[in-house]
Amino acid sequence: MKFTIDWLKQHLDTDLNDREIINNLTNVGLEVESFENAPSELDDFIVAKIINVQQHPNADRLRVCDVDIGKSETVKVVCGAPNAKKGLFTVYAGPGAIIPKNQMKLSISKIRGVTSYGMLCSEAELKLSDESEGITDLSEKYKEKIGKKYFDAKTPKVVDLSITPNRPDCLGVRGIARDLAAAGVGSLKKIKDSKLNQNFDQDLKVTIKKEKKQGCTIFGSCLIKGVSNKESPQWLKDKIVSLGQKPISAIVDITNYVMIDLNRPLHAYDADKVSNEIIVRNSKKGETFEALDNKKYSLDDDMCVISDQSGVLGLGGIIGGTRSGTELETKNILLESAYFLPRSIRKTSKLLNIDTDAKFRFERGIDPKSIEAGLIKAADLIKEVCGGEVSKFDIQRLEEKKTNKVKFKISLFEKITGFKIKKKEIIKIISNLGFKIKENNENLDLEIPSWRPDITQPIDIVEEIVRIKGYEHIQTLIPEKSRLKPTLNRQQKLFHFLQRSVASKGFFETVTWSFTDSKINNLFREKYKEIKIVNPISSDLNVLRNSIFSNLIFYLKKNIDRGFKDLSFFEIGPVFSGTKPGEQLTVIGALQAGKHFRLNWQESERNVDVFDAKRDTVQTIVEAGFSKNKLIIKDQAPSYYHPGKSGSVFLSTEEDKPVAFFGEIHPNIVKKLDIKTDSLIGFEIYLDFFKETKKKLKDQKSQFEYSDYQKSERDFAFVIDKKIKAQDLIDIIVSIDKDLIKNVKVFDVYEGENIPKDKKSIALNVTVQSSEKTLNEKDLEKINNLIISTVESKSGAKIRS
Amino acid sequence: MSDIKKIKDEYLNIIDKDHNIESINQIKTELFGKNGVVSNEFKKLGSVSQEERKKFASDLNYIKEELQNKITSKIEEIQTKEINLKLENEKVDVTLPERDFKQGKIHPVSQVIDEISSIFSEIGFSVEEGPDVENEYNNFTALNTPDNHPARDMHDTFYLDEKKELLLRTHTSPVQVRTMLKGKPPFKIIAPGRTYRSDSDQTHAPMFHQVEGLHIDKDINMGHLKGCLNYFIKEFFEVDKLKMRFRPSHFPFTEPSAEVDIGYEIKDGKIIIGEGDKWLEILGCGMVHPNVLKNVNVDPSKFQGYAFGIGIDRLGMLKYGINDLRAFFETDYRWLSHFGFDPLDVPSSYRGLSR
Repeated sequence: MKFTIDWLKQHLDTDLNDREIINNLTNVGLEVESFENAPSELDDFIVAKIINVQQHPNADRLRVCDVDIGKSETVKVVCGAPNAKKGLFTVYAGPGAIIPKNQMKLSISKIRGVTSYGMLCSEAELKLSDESEGITDLSEKYKEKIGKKYFDAKTPKVVDLSITPNRPDCLGVRGIARDLAAAGVGSLKKIKDSKLNQNFDQDLKVTIKKEKKQGCTIFGSCLIKGVSNKESPQWLKDKIVSLGQKPISAIVDITNYVMIDLNRPLHAYDADKVSNEIIVRNSKKGETFEALDNKKYSLDDDMCVISDQSGVLGLGGIIGGTRSGTELETKNILLESAYFLPRSIRKTSKLLNIDTDAKFRFERGIDPKSIEAGLIKAADLIKEVCGGEVSKFDIQRLEEKKTNKVKFKISLFEKITGFKIKKKEIIKIISNLGFKIKENNENLDLEIPSWRPDITQPIDIVEEIVRIKGYEHIQTLIPEKSRLKPTLNRQQKLFHFLQRSVASKGFFETVTWSFTDSKINNLFREKYKEIKIVNPISSDLNVLRNSIFSNLIFYLKKNIDRGFKDLSFFEIGPVFSGTKPGEQLTVIGALQAGKHFRLNWQESERNVDVFDAKRDTVQTIVEAGFSKNKLIIKDQAPSYYHPGKSGSVFLSTEEDKPVAFFGEIHPNIVKKLDIKTDSLIGFEIYLDFFKETKKKLKDQKSQFEYSDYQKSERDFAFVIDKKIKAQDLIDIIVSIDKDLIKNVKVFDVYEGENIPKDKKSIALNVTVQSSEKTLNEKDLEKINNLIISTVESKSGAKIRS
Repeated sequence: MSDIKKIKDEYLNIIDKDHNIESINQIKTELFGKNGVVSNEFKKLGSVSQEERKKFASDLNYIKEELQNKITSKIEEIQTKEINLKLENEKVDVTLPERDFKQGKIHPVSQVIDEISSIFSEIGFSVEEGPDVENEYNNFTALNTPDNHPARDMHDTFYLDEKKELLLRTHTSPVQVRTMLKGKPPFKIIAPGRTYRSDSDQTHAPMFHQVEGLHIDKDINMGHLKGCLNYFIKEFFEVDKLKMRFRPSHFPFTEPSAEVDIGYEIKDGKIIIGEGDKWLEILGCGMVHPNVLKNVNVDPSKFQGYAFGIGIDRLGMLKYGINDLRAFFETDYRWLSHFGFDPLDVPSSYRGLSR
């Protein structure tokens, strides 16, 4: 919402200066976006310097100049002035500028085969003097001003407010003045009485059809006969220009002016182009009309249209049509001032995708009681500017608009705001805002002003009072440190713990979009269904991600392409399994690319591999408080992992869902996405699959027990079928005697010479310790033999001799 | 007697010369071996007269001890020398690089969320969460933003179905709705999380982060709201003095509503929060609208309170001097390395939020 201060002062009597007015606007909740000089046609004239001059190849009297206009590159301008020379400071006008002398609008043009981007101006062309021999010759002093405006702005300063959707009344200057007056900035001026002479009836028949979903409830109008439409007078043009709009003709400018002034949209028809009558009705599907934006619209059922006997004239409250539009030749006009229902306006404009000033206002709610005020103000002005005779007003209405009332308990103010103001002051504030008040003990019975559709209940009144009184009166109470429940729940603690645990292993945490490219997502989608976004921000962010990897791998590749080789990234966040709220999982996805010990003077470098991924996965889970001995590792993982170099982690045998996957990323994916790396591994941890334990970690711990008896270590090497997993071997050994066998560690795996092709050799170190006595040779011999015989019988292994 | 003195002097002399561990051991054998010089003198003891024997024995023992001590200290001397020589030879260039280590990083958004949670934890708020995919009711209607409300235009919404019933939440406010629907007042929660709007330019990203705050009890008024936010902002920016301004505004789900500005100035191209004569808008807040309370089955005549919503990314940008919002989500190794936080740097109130 734009307006100038002097416009405001037509409605507000105030002694305050501009700055104080601006501050008060902010304080009452009318946010000031900017307060700047209005744009001017003269802004297009810029101080410039000629850098180079060449003879025009096809014209003796023309030259081609390279001109510095303060941008990174110079522009080429063809110029015929004899004084155009290298180093001259002058005035440049770009394409689009209007030359003050002849009102010619510049465009990029070819002059005798050479393209000229704008023009260098003489003083005469700028209306500065009669000097037209050469271009303006500015002194050296302008050196610092290259690229800046040549003319100082003399335009009025324009206030631009960002009006919240609840305040349609402040889409008019008068509404703003009313708010300021209530806040003590001044007093609201009375609207002058009209001296209109209305001697004849409005004889163009107007009907609002009683239909279901009728979007118009009041249609006021008058005829103005014998006008001579023309260019607007300067004062009106200035007002229109200050809003950043273009003056069109007096009649159109006046309707726009009244709209901004009173927040009362109007429409003027050329009455001679209306066939016989005006019918306000619902449209029928397929009806078409050409609107004032020069587009042809095809209508749906039940859109509110203003029509005559030949068809649709315009969309009520949204946009008029070209068929009945006013022109400079227009002699008789019909002026419309109507009330359209916000819901109807909003629906129609959304369907047709039209946004106009009128639509913007009607959908927020126009004062239904401003019909006549708008007609009077506009008719007065039209008569004054264009002459003509004004008819009596014709007001058709489907229903009488009731005055809304609200009962306001005065104590509610303090209850909500925490501070008290006197009843007298409350009454003053709300009466200044236009409320009619009846005191009723501790209550105020209020009649809500017709221009405030936003006010329906007592809390709205609290807001009115406190914003006008000023938010600075609200106290700053020191917060109480009382706590209702723990800050984080179990799952949230797990989140924070795992997040920092993974980061501490050298991974960079990143945050990527929750949506992703369906093409990449499909590589990681597995069994989940694709979740399309109906209106994606771009075609490569068109689905919700089913995996963290889809974005992570994309950005990993970007970094590799930047020249980084050894990278570790992870993200913790949502992946989506369905379109319903809650169909999402919180997952850690981590990727690592490249080598260990690259260019190390001490150690030999090696590719990252599945066991690096396994270490990070297992260590993270162990750090989160789960016993490593209980973890179950299986060799199953989603298809985006290398089928032979990946696995899953279960917290115990009873769990049916793995808490994590790890492994090398499938070579096909690496190839498909063209990721240039030595090796790519990853892991995923599913936070939602960690069962919530009832006990805290501290309560899960068993009693502290230890043995001081001597422990003994012994190495075994078994030759075993390749298919048998190391874990199976370990499980067999551990289960032999859980009390005695304290630890089993694989320290070598060998395949090759001396071992049959389908076999491998696994070397294990077994620690045996009793918590009751020191084991003697015989005891040890016994357990060692038992280990060998059990392993051999259960796994078909043979001890290596 | 003279014999043994001679022996002593002779051997003390020998021991004093340069030796290695072998030669000194040889001397030791020469003296104390089975047929060693000193051992042989002891053998003579029997042939010494009764009256001299005591003295002879005593002298002999004395000399033995002296020679032994001398040898022992000589051995120590030699060993020390040898160790020193060995250590000398083992010296390495310690300016060579240490073994490789990797330092991980926590993303600024996560760090800021932890900072925010830590501050609100101090004043008794707990953390709630809600899903990223929301239904139209929780995101708009329940929050007093019905279908025909122009405020919906201010949220460019991503939809998941043509009927526009499922969407990506445009703010964290639906967590208010969920929290209140599933519990009973009082409520005192914050809800940080991802939010989505379909606009994208220099200052807007299609995804960003917000933290919602909600405190509902019997008598929570705007003074509590102001106090809470004043406390939060001061703690967050770790400043003693803070200029804060509450400005009337409008959100469909709060009434009265306010936007909060804080004072700042620009010093050496950096934003300094707290004082200065410029205003920076940082959050929106207000008293929860009675319509919202009704929608979540809370009786507005018995309970009232405030809600606020803060842009997390923007807070992080202001605090840590980050200029480009979009860089938050672009996973540039260099950017993460520069702006990321050490994983051990867990914000807490006792240690201070930032290092």
